[in-house]
Amino acid sequence: MIEKNNLKAWLYLLPALIFMGIFMVYPLVDVFIYSFEEGYNFVSQTSYGTGFYNFSYVLHDTYFLQAVRNTFIMVIITVPISTGFALLISLALNSITKLRELFQTVYFLPYVTNTLAVGLVFMVLFKKTAYSDGLINLLINFFGGESVDFIDGPYWAKMFVMCFYIIWIVLPFKVLLLTSALASVNKTYYNAAKVDGTGSFRVFMKITLPMISPTIFYLVITGFIGAFKEYSDAVALFGTDLNAAGMNTIVGYVYDMLYGDSGGYPSFASAAAIVLFVIVLTITCINLLVSKKHVYYT
Amino acid sequence: MKVVLQGLTKKFPPRGGKGEGVVAVKDFTFEIPDGKLVALLGPSGCGKSTMLNMICGLEKPTEGRIFFGEDDVTEISPELRGVGMVFQNYALYPHMSVYNNIIFPLGNLKGEEKMTKEQMKERADKVAGLVQIQELLERKPKELSGGQQQRVAIARALVKTPRLLLMDEPLSNLDARLRLQTREEIRRIQRETGVTTVFVTHDQEEAMSISDMIVVMKDGELHQFGKPQEVYDDPANLFVAKFLGTPAINVFDAEVKGEKLIIGEDTVLDVPGVRDGKVTAGIRPEGFIYDPEGPLHCELDRVEVMGRDISIVSKNAACEAPVVRSIIDSDERPEDGLKTVSFRLRPNKVHVFEPETGERLRFGKGK
Repeated sequence: MIEKNNLKAWLYLLPALIFMGIFMVYPLVDVFIYSFEEGYNFVSQTSYGTGFYNFSYVLHDTYFLQAVRNTFIMVIITVPISTGFALLISLALNSITKLRELFQTVYFLPYVTNTLAVGLVFMVLFKKTAYSDGLINLLINFFGGESVDFIDGPYWAKMFVMCFYIIWIVLPFKVLLLTSALASVNKTYYNAAKVDGTGSFRVFMKITLPMISPTIFYLVITGFIGAFKEYSDAVALFGTDLNAAGMNTIVGYVYDMLYGDSGGYPSFASAAAIVLFVIVLTITCINLLVSKKHVYYT
Repeated sequence: MKVVLQGLTKKFPPRGGKGEGVVAVKDFTFEIPDGKLVALLGPSGCGKSTMLNMICGLEKPTEGRIFFGEDDVTEISPELRGVGMVFQNYALYPHMSVYNNIIFPLGNLKGEEKMTKEQMKERADKVAGLVQIQELLERKPKELSGGQQQRVAIARALVKTPRLLLMDEPLSNLDARLRLQTREEIRRIQRETGVTTVFVTHDQEEAMSISDMIVVMKDGELHQFGKPQEVYDDPANLFVAKFLGTPAINVFDAEVKGEKLIIGEDTVLDVPGVRDGKVTAGIRPEGFIYDPEGPLHCELDRVEVMGRDISIVSKNAACEAPVVRSIIDSDERPEDGLKTVSFRLRPNKVHVFEPETGERLRFGKGK
C-alpha cells in the first residue's frame, strides 16, 4: 500500500521535478563542469583540457579582485543599514495611526519603480556636468562644501552613491515585511509588559525583537544574497563599462566574461560564478549558525 | 487594600467618527472589600473586561474615579498602581523560560528597588512554590499544559507582591476538568496571599463556587452585588435570577389576584403584599416538591436520572421555555405511565417580577 502511494506521489511531483531538473539542476551542474574545462568554446563545444586554471586565472585577475572588493563593501554597508533603517521606519509606521496608509504607500513606491528610471533620477541628483553640478552638489555648496563628481569622480563618492541607491531600492520590501511582522505581534504582550512597568527600550529588546526575529533573519539572509548578486543597479548608475568606472561587481564580472569583448570566456565566467556561489553559501551557513541562538520561532 | 469605584463610566468613540459610540460601562459604583475574592460576572460583551482594564489602568475611564485604599489612582498609569494582572491568554512571553517570565516584572524595578539576581531568584522561588511549579522553571511556555501556563501567569502577576490581583477570564482556556481543579487552586492561592483579587467570568458556577462576593453586570450596568448565596437566593431582578443557577430558573407568565399567584389555571402560592395584575414568576428547579395533590399541574415529558436527584422534565403552557425543569429527591420518583405531574412550591424559591421591567416584586411570608 505504501509502495503504491509512493509511486503516485512521485508521479504528482514529476512535472515540478522535470522543470527543476532542466532549468535548475542541469545548468548548475553544467556551470560546475565548465569551470574546470579550460578555454571552453560554445560554438565548437571543445576545450583544451581540464584543471584549476580557470580559477587560478580569475583569482589573479585584478578586475575580479576589484569586483569582489566592491561587492563586499556594498554587502557590508547596505545589508545592516537597510535592515536597521527599515526597522526604524516600520516601528515609526506601527506607532502612528494618522496618515499611516499614506506613508506605507510612499515607502513602498520605490519597489514598483523601474531600476533604470531611478538610475536616471539619481544621475540628475548626483551627476556633475558642464551645465549643472546636480542637486546634491548645490546643497553641498550651500553649506559651504566643494562640489564632488559622484558619478565619474573619486571611488568613495561613487561607492557612496552606489550604496545609497541600493539601500533606497531594497528598503520598501523590508519595510513592508517588518511592518506586517510588527503588526502581528499579539498586543497582550505589550499590555502585560505595561502593567509590569516595562520601559519602552526593554519592551523592544525583550519582546518586540525576539517576536519579529524570524522576519529580520529572513531579511538579513535574502539581503546578503541579493547584495552579493548586485549588478543591474551598478549598470543603472555607471553604465555598462563597469570595469572602466572601477565599480564592477562579481555578477558584472561574470556577465563581462560571458558577453564582453565580443568573444566571451564561458570557462572564466563559470569559475567566477562558482566562486560567488561558494562565498554566498559560506555567508548563509554562518547566518544560519548565528540565527540558531538568536531567532525565536513560535 | 479595598478598591472603591465611583460613578465609573467608559464610552468608546464610534468607529469612523460617526454615530453614537458604545457605552461599555455605565455609572458603576461599588466597593471591593480588602482581602476578598470578587467575581465580575456577566454575559459576553457586558463590559466586564473593560471594567477590569480600567481598574488595571490599561483603559482610562471617561468619567468617575477609582480609589485604591485612600489613594485616587484614576490618573495613574498601570505600572504605578501596584497591580498584578493575569490575562485571558496568559500572555506568557513565548521565547523566555518560565523562570525568566516570572522575574520579568522584577527586572523593571529601578533605583532603590532594584534587585540583585539572588534576590530575584529568592522571590521567584517563593511564588513558584506558592503556585507549585518549582520543577517547571527551565521550560518554555509552549512545553506546558494550559493549567501550568495559568499557574506561571499567576506567579508572574504575584512576584511583585501587588496590592491587587486582577484576572481576566482565568479559566476560560482550560478544559472542564482542569477548570474545576484550577478554580480551587485560585481560591487557595488567594487565601494564602490574602491579596484582594478581582476576576472576570461569564460562568456563573465558577463565580459562585469560589468567590466571596459577586458582581452581576449586564450591558455595562451593575445589577447586583453581594455574597454568592445571597445573590442566588435573593435576586434583585429577573436578569440576575435567570443568569445564576444551573439548571436555570423556570420562568412563567403568571397573574396575581387577591395576593395569590396564578399560573395558567392553577392557583399555586400565596404572595402577600403583591399588587394584582400580570407578573413574571420564576421558580428555581429545587423549588418544586413532587406532590400528587399539589396545586401546579404540568404535562410529564420525561424523567432524567442524575443519581442523587432526579430531574422531572415537564411542559406547561405558561412557561417561557419549552420545558419546565424541576429537581427532586430520587426517592420521590413519580410512577411510570403518568400523564400529568403535580407540584407544591417552596415559597423561598419562588420569585415574582414586574413583567415589563423585570424588577423584583417582594412578598411576605405566606401562612
